[in-house]
Amino acid sequence: MKMKTDKKGLKATGVPSKEELEASPGYPHQEALDRGPIVVIECIQDIPCNPCEPACPSGAIFVGNPITNLPVFFPDKCDGCGRCIPLCPGQAIFRVDMTYSKENATVSFPYEFLPLPQKGDRVKGVNRAGEVLCNAEVLRVQNPKGFDHTAVITIVVPKDLAMEVRTIKRLKFSKGN
Amino acid sequence: MRETEIAVVGGGAAGMAAAIEAAKTGARVTLIDENERPGGQLFKQIHKFFGSGVHRAGRRGIQIGQELLEEAQNAGVEIRLNTAVYGLFSDHCLGLICGDHTEELQAKVIILATGANENPLAFPGWTLPGVMGAGAAQTLINIHRTLPGSRILMVGAGNVGLIVSYQLLQAGAEVMAIIEGLPYISGYGVHASKVRRAGVPILTSHTILKAEGKEQVERAIIAKVDERWYPIAGTEQILEVDTICFAVGLSPLAELAWMAGCRFTYIPQMGGWIPIHDGNMQSTDPMIYVAGDLAGVEEASTAMEEGRLAGLAAAGALGGLSLEEGEEKKAEVRERLAMLRVGSFGEGRASAKDQIIRARNQV
Repeated sequence: MKMKTDKKGLKATGVPSKEELEASPGYPHQEALDRGPIVVIECIQDIPCNPCEPACPSGAIFVGNPITNLPVFFPDKCDGCGRCIPLCPGQAIFRVDMTYSKENATVSFPYEFLPLPQKGDRVKGVNRAGEVLCNAEVLRVQNPKGFDHTAVITIVVPKDLAMEVRTIKRLKFSKGN
Repeated sequence: MRETEIAVVGGGAAGMAAAIEAAKTGARVTLIDENERPGGQLFKQIHKFFGSGVHRAGRRGIQIGQELLEEAQNAGVEIRLNTAVYGLFSDHCLGLICGDHTEELQAKVIILATGANENPLAFPGWTLPGVMGAGAAQTLINIHRTLPGSRILMVGAGNVGLIVSYQLLQAGAEVMAIIEGLPYISGYGVHASKVRRAGVPILTSHTILKAEGKEQVERAIIAKVDERWYPIAGTEQILEVDTICFAVGLSPLAELAWMAGCRFTYIPQMGGWIPIHDGNMQSTDPMIYVAGDLAGVEEASTAMEEGRLAGLAAAGALGGLSLEEGEEKKAEVRERLAMLRVGSFGEGRASAKDQIIRARNQV
């Protein structure tokens, strides 16, 4: 069914608005995005949570006290390693590489559904509202033990959709499996 | 009659934490749970928890449950499973049902950590097979590995409704919609965002009018509500679903505390009738402590901290801890608890807790 609402924003719809994201201290500015792979923290509510802070080996994320503070992100210190992505209990951290190629960018996101996509798969890029925006190719699937079953998937998408695509359409097990 | 020093009723997050803290002081602790496995809701919580490192944030509930269980065993807690407590009598004697017989257990101090019950939601058709609490659906998928259905309607967009919806998707079901009577999503935005990305619509200001079906749920009729929660004519929609889950709040499981004569206060935002307790989790009966959802519905991290507080206080009452050591440890726990009750999601709970403690001072 189609969702119809004139209301906007996280509290009303479950989808953070562009304005909410851009106003949050975890959201990098365009210049930082244009320099290379970097994480994008989409955590805009004061929930008591801070595992992202110790997750970053470069000190690029600061929460401090109280732990309801929004994470403050220092793009200059981020090398895009993405270690924070599977450790965010809210699955609110992504990685974007705008420098992947002339036309395309990569988007990395946490993913906890089976079956997992495989490298090279053609998948559908989906936005924050669950809408399919584009075709995408799976570049990397990381699922080591330390991620504790939160795989990190990296897909290639058109550059202009890199700040919109945040997951893929869930895959189904083929019949007979 | 069997005897113990500290009897902990309920082996969930709060009860296990209480038993561990008390047993570490050398007290003889008996933990009683009616289930075949301790852990309460923890073993159903397959998502990563919020909080900070000291609250084991980032760990999944199921792992925290396993760790607590091992700690309890190492601390020498006697764990009685498949044992229901049917009564709590005035001399702090517990009536137990274990299998085909009953027993009595005489305790010096009792810690009640019985948790909470899902609130039901009544609507025409709610007795059809396929209508169940979100917690029941979560037990089916995460404990029994059985899907309750393939097309789900979730009623309630608090954290329970959002998290269980996500886990139903993980288990392979489709969640057709999450509906919420309030004009906003009361659960954490990040939980809502996860299910929205997965394609699940969240309809605020909506309610369920009825469920229909011959032998089981075949469809649900939902509608928009106005500010006074009245359905708006003409906004009805039919959803083809085979399962309707409700996640509309929890009520403390307080029967034993009532039976023991503990005094109560009514605090709607904490789940209703709450046994009055002080900053040590001591009820109005000095030998009965309460912790976790029974002491006001919150979440697993606060339940564990309240359990620790009750365990330390109960052990202190038996002389297992020096006054200074006890106060020092309790102060640490209180500090961590305060950390979990700040911000827009925690302030309400912090002031409700203050209200309970103020009620204690007035008794």
